[in-house]
Amino acid sequence: MLLKLPRSFTFRLALTYMALFGLSVLLLMLFIYWFTAAYMVRESDELIETEINELADHYDMLGLDGLVSLINERLSRQQTGLSIYLLASQDYQPLAGNLDTWPNASLDAQGWIDFKMVSNEKGSHGEHEVRARRFILPGGYHLLVGRIISHLVAMKERIAITLAWGLGLMLLLGGLVGWWMSKRMARRIEAINRTSRDIISGDLSRRIPLQGTNDELDRLAGSLNEMLDRIQALMEDVRRVSDNIAHDLRTPLGRLHNQLDNLRSELQQAGLDTASVEQALNESQGLLATFNALLRIARIEARSRTEGFTSVDLTALVHDVAEFYEPLADARNQTLAVSAAPAVQLPADRDLLFQALANLLDNAIKYTPPGGEIQLSLTTAELTITDTGPGIPPAARQQIFQRFFRLEASRSTPGSGLGLSLVEAVARLHGMAIRVSDNFPGTRITLGFTISSGHGAAW
Amino acid sequence: MRILIVEDDSNTADFILRGMRQAGYTLDHAANGKDGLFLALEFPYDAIILDRMLPGLEGLTLLKTLRAAGKNTPVLLLSALGEVDDRVEGLHAGGDDYLTKPFALAELQARLEALLRRGDVKPADTAALRLADLELDRLTRSAHRGARQIELQPREYQLLEYLMLHAGQVVTRTMLLEGVWDYHFDPQTNVIDVHISRLRSKIDRGEERPLLHTVRGAGYCLRDRGAKPGSD
Repeated sequence: MLLKLPRSFTFRLALTYMALFGLSVLLLMLFIYWFTAAYMVRESDELIETEINELADHYDMLGLDGLVSLINERLSRQQTGLSIYLLASQDYQPLAGNLDTWPNASLDAQGWIDFKMVSNEKGSHGEHEVRARRFILPGGYHLLVGRIISHLVAMKERIAITLAWGLGLMLLLGGLVGWWMSKRMARRIEAINRTSRDIISGDLSRRIPLQGTNDELDRLAGSLNEMLDRIQALMEDVRRVSDNIAHDLRTPLGRLHNQLDNLRSELQQAGLDTASVEQALNESQGLLATFNALLRIARIEARSRTEGFTSVDLTALVHDVAEFYEPLADARNQTLAVSAAPAVQLPADRDLLFQALANLLDNAIKYTPPGGEIQLSLTTAELTITDTGPGIPPAARQQIFQRFFRLEASRSTPGSGLGLSLVEAVARLHGMAIRVSDNFPGTRITLGFTISSGHGAAW
Repeated sequence: MRILIVEDDSNTADFILRGMRQAGYTLDHAANGKDGLFLALEFPYDAIILDRMLPGLEGLTLLKTLRAAGKNTPVLLLSALGEVDDRVEGLHAGGDDYLTKPFALAELQARLEALLRRGDVKPADTAALRLADLELDRLTRSAHRGARQIELQPREYQLLEYLMLHAGQVVTRTMLLEGVWDYHFDPQTNVIDVHISRLRSKIDRGEERPLLHTVRGAGYCLRDRGAKPGSD
């Protein structure tokens, strides 16, 4: 049977538990067996040895005749019919006892012999198992003393079967309990895992659910939650500080810009050259744009989902943004192709989505060489933009969404490094998943979304 | 033209006052909301430039009070808050236009001019718009220059229509974005210029008198060579 073993920690824990449990149960069973079934056989052996010693002593004192009469006396006196005696000559001819012939079986090193005996005495028909010991008397006579142990063997077998069943049941029970426990454990660890993944994907407000049992896992979850609270507070601090910096710097920068603007018009009226003021104005405009973009991203990130959302016709929006950028692509000899599924509706912020798509298209047009092709396609689950530009190395595919991140190759082209950060903020606000992949050649950026079931959007 | 500026930040107020006086406007300045409301109710201004965040009386409250008092003076709102929701809120309170700080003087002037001339603009249902020998038929959505038929894409038609409705005025790029494309966003690159140059090649190429002009540092203006726009 082919069985795919799960490689989880809890499964291995359950397996180890099973192995240890099985081993201890096995030891316990062996112990029980030793003290019951094996004990009975040992006791029977001891009895035989005692008897041999008695008989040997008797022979030493009274000779062969005395021994024969003792054996006959014992045979006639025994009620159980379990004792076996045989006295034989040097060449194994029976002299006395209740066995007709010397048994045809080999001896072990201690002189023990196990054989089967057919008997019809005292109504006990059939074969009997006998365990006996041979003793060589002075004078070369062979003495065999034994006991019928059929009932002992049967008992031994019964005990062994019982213990085997016990072992099996215990293992089964242990397995079930182990499986249940690992399942329970796995479920709780999976809950922690799931929350962690949500947090990694950006939702820092998520917390691990507590069971209220105050056990180790609960305490671990509690510690993780406290850690997350702390991280969230720190991140909000950082965000607040950077927003404040951007805001506080923007005001004097705005004033500087205003004064430069005034200076330009004064120079213009005086009929003087304004070129250097224009340049300074452009620079301050660029700075202001960067600060505005930063603040805008911060505001989008601080916004809660669906705040100010309306039902947006994504199909129309895709056509609009493509139509808006088409002349730019055309001027660069690029093809801009659009394919959009009809009437895709989504609750969204129309202007922000347009801005995000505009940033993506702007990038695609900027980095695709003349003659290249840009495609914008919309399905009911995805919005994809592909270009035939230089592409983005796999190692940088996550970094491109960081603020101010720019690829080495694109440092010479104008840009703030905030365009894709804004795209990411907008995507996150809309619960869209961004994927960056290779377009062979070029870049493929996909925004995945889910349209809530029902009649389009529920707005 | 008499304009009221309600702005508490002296630097911004100074910037607007200097620029607008140079452009030939008569201006009054109020540094807080209460004074602003008093002036706005007392005197017949042609337009009001109103900051949203004011000490004493908040800009939007002032605006609502003004509208409740039956004053329909065009109001241009200024704000550091540039998000769509803020804009919608401002326009909903009775504002006629909305400008995010910081802004270029040319942008403010162009928008103010559009507000002041709103009375002159032909009603939206005027069947034909004319400038020199350029004619736009709004029923058939077609354009002619003299006898020459001009082929226009739907968006080019809207662009030309907007320019003709604001003929003689300076129209900024953001005004075009909002008026023609109806999206509030920052296009990052000079896409509007490319659209304009396409339109220009359709209406002005081969013509003796170009009608679509670029106003440096501000935007565009559709006008006949003879008539100069007020802000030039």
